[in-house]
Amino acid sequence: MQDAGFIFASYIITVAAIVLFAVGTLRRAKSSAKVVEDQHKPWI
Amino acid sequence: MLSQSAPKFSSTGTQATRIVGALTIIVMTWVLISGLVFTPADVVQGESVRIMYVHVPSAWVAYLAFIVTAIASAFYIFAKRHSLGFDRVAGASAEVGVMFMVITLVTGSLWGRLTWGEFWQWDPRLTTTAFLLVTYVGYLAVRRLDGSVEQRARRSAVIALLAVLEIPLVHFSVVFWRSLHQRATILDPNGDVKMDGLMLFTLFTGVVGFTLVFVWLILHRQRTMLLSDLANQSGLDAAILARQNESVSI
Repeated sequence: MQDAGFIFASYIITVAAIVLFAVGTLRRAKSSAKVVEDQHKPWI
Repeated sequence: MLSQSAPKFSSTGTQATRIVGALTIIVMTWVLISGLVFTPADVVQGESVRIMYVHVPSAWVAYLAFIVTAIASAFYIFAKRHSLGFDRVAGASAEVGVMFMVITLVTGSLWGRLTWGEFWQWDPRLTTTAFLLVTYVGYLAVRRLDGSVEQRARRSAVIALLAVLEIPLVHFSVVFWRSLHQRATILDPNGDVKMDGLMLFTLFTGVVGFTLVFVWLILHRQRTMLLSDLANQSGLDAAILARQNESVSI
């Protein structure tokens, strides 16, 4: 399968981008959440 | 009380996000395995067609995200109560949309190299897609300009309502102009879908899986934006208070 490198690259880039975005969001939420009172978090 | 009681894994998670997250992982795992292993090669494109299972759903979610941005912006502008919640949904959706648009362009570029022999062509579909991406990067830049959160919301809502008009141009670019990019296969106006059953099913579950990713990300991202806005506000309040105390002591 000559095209394997391109195919795997497209899957890896897709998954990596989504995971990095998700992890970045959760980390940012965690650091901001430390200075915000629970009463301002309607989802809690 | 400060958030010492927040869950360890996520500060923005709820039962609903955990269910969506679990569903997302299950569906995406199936899509990745089926796309790489189970689905057959295409008669014309060979193995390179496997890129379709990530490229097409990414493009779909990017369109969806930008449409959600426009709808939330319209609610912000036209609703009686200008709720900043709509603005945060708009901003979160645009960020997710930009990420998926980049994925669309990169995976499309890799696919193009295999089918056309080139990573990039100034083809109508590719050019209008790149233009759409630049527009929403600009939208995100405007959101970071100085000013109050209300100013941010008003400015960006106007841009979002104008930017969404580019989507039909991108989608129908392959019809309006001569294009290297193939025309719509699934959304063919004649309803004549010439695709193997498993390929079609994998593509459909890909669209579902990527949409679940979008829902999960947007739920967390807009809550993160609320936390950031509140954290910035409390930092500003603390700075003002310190400054006032300084002037009193002088």
